[in-house]
Amino acid sequence: MENLKALAYELRENAVDIIMAGGGGHIGGDMSVMEVLTELYFKQMHVSPETADDPDRDRFIMSKGHSMEAYYAVLCKKGFLDYEDVKARFSKFASPYIGHPNNKLPGIEMNSGSLGHGLPVSVGLALAGKMDKRDYRVYVVTGDGELAEGSNWEGFMSGAMYKLDNLCCIIDRNRLQISGSTEDVMALEDLKAKVSSFGWHVISTDGNDIDALDAAFEEAKRTKGQPTCVIANTIKGKGSSVMENKAVWHHKLPTQEEYDQIMKDLEARREELA
Amino acid sequence: MNKIANRKVICDVLMEHAKTDKDIVVLCSDSRGSASLTPFFSEFPEQSVEVGIAEQDLVGISAGLARAGKKPFCASPASFLSSRSYEQCKVDCAYSDTNVKLIGISGGISYGALGMSHHSAQDIAAMSAIPNMRVYLPSDRFQTRKLIEALLQDQKCAYIRVGRNPVEDVYTEDNCSFTMNKATFVREGTDAALIACGEMVRPCLDAADLLAKDGISASVVDMYCVKPLDTEAIIKAASHAKLVLTAEEHSPFGGLGSMVAQVVSANVPKKVINVALPDAPVITGTSQEVYSYYGMTGEGIAKRVKEALS
Repeated sequence: MENLKALAYELRENAVDIIMAGGGGHIGGDMSVMEVLTELYFKQMHVSPETADDPDRDRFIMSKGHSMEAYYAVLCKKGFLDYEDVKARFSKFASPYIGHPNNKLPGIEMNSGSLGHGLPVSVGLALAGKMDKRDYRVYVVTGDGELAEGSNWEGFMSGAMYKLDNLCCIIDRNRLQISGSTEDVMALEDLKAKVSSFGWHVISTDGNDIDALDAAFEEAKRTKGQPTCVIANTIKGKGSSVMENKAVWHHKLPTQEEYDQIMKDLEARREELA
Repeated sequence: MNKIANRKVICDVLMEHAKTDKDIVVLCSDSRGSASLTPFFSEFPEQSVEVGIAEQDLVGISAGLARAGKKPFCASPASFLSSRSYEQCKVDCAYSDTNVKLIGISGGISYGALGMSHHSAQDIAAMSAIPNMRVYLPSDRFQTRKLIEALLQDQKCAYIRVGRNPVEDVYTEDNCSFTMNKATFVREGTDAALIACGEMVRPCLDAADLLAKDGISASVVDMYCVKPLDTEAIIKAASHAKLVLTAEEHSPFGGLGSMVAQVVSANVPKKVINVALPDAPVITGTSQEVYSYYGMTGEGIAKRVKEALS
């Protein structure tokens, strides 16, 4: 079993390097969501480049599409994409490696970017699984600020209505959006009670803790008759004191000095966990 | 007068195919009655999905189903489908390249006196502006059948707009020439070229009959395929004519008239007249009353042609 805790930090370093190479990216959310992606791609989901078209593969939808650099780092590590190629061409002229999911690339199911799209699409994927009696699971990651989009709540309604226990929605609850605290911009609390009241099984857990996420996803798999929502309580900019919990790091490009410190922090944490 | 609405034909075709093709799924947003799809929901409950009054969810779920290999047809009033869920049509269907067939029912001013909220006079322009989205407005029940059968064979998304009420036949059961993405020359003529889509094809045919009595020869082109537009047909029809007239149940901006004018001006420059709804809230009335008021009838169209030729 791979050391997923250390791997999440290695992938953070790769995401930061992709951002530096491309001259921009959504670094704060990339850092907060990394344990969720790592646990899903390297433990929970049955996906691989060899089975990319297998109708029984698990499905992943990145609704918070702006966390694309984190997603690139994961897809490269998983063998879907070439890391050096992504770094060389990210955001460059005529590149397929854009700042949001591009499903012309291997491993990416659907395009996103505009928020509030992933959950309804995931309801459709999960519904198809039920119709065809396939036992794949569908995972969708949304942001927390994203939840102000009403389409999410349409998806929460239909997911529960159709008892989609093969569907798991993960909310990257880092509590910050581009303008500041989610609670100041458009308050979400009591988020657990809200989603529960829509008929979902809700697990609120430490979203930067691999063990806690593992337990949550296992519980989701055991939950029958209703979909599960994992509120992954995370830290925006997780991994370096330069960025942690600072809204300005939503999409700030590090200076060379900041970059050096960030990489030093991430490397130290990775070695500590190794 | 034909009593069968195009929306009813869509249900018939889908029911015929759903018996053997279990991947066909019909989705509605509390719109199964309006869409004439209640029989489908009754006979194929396992292939029917109700999402409630939630058009964004309707299109998003459809895209997810399509991505998993299903063949979703989602039906909702054209006014809501083309505006409330526009971004889902753009991102989840066209951009993500999913096989979703978007059925806009009660299009144009079908809802008559219900007001501008229920009218779709901008859907052709809006949907046509999305890369990878196709736009079809069939003219009568026979063509609707052939179009839906053709769409069942492909894997790309498309927006199909039909009206609420039965329309006079343009074709007959035995004589409905149809080639996918090619306009149909319903009538050949040399003085004027009448190019129309959807429910405006029949009035153009009526206009051609009236004009013939006055010795004016008009061709009638059924441009059901607004996108991809059949530019060859436009050039062919326009090249022999002194005048081109377009007719559509749509805003004067960005619809068939605008597209035809672009093609004509670039290839065979000549006068292009656009018969359309006004750039204003439409006057209250039944479809026929509204058509008459704005000259969107055989008489009205013939009059415009004669005025322009004189």
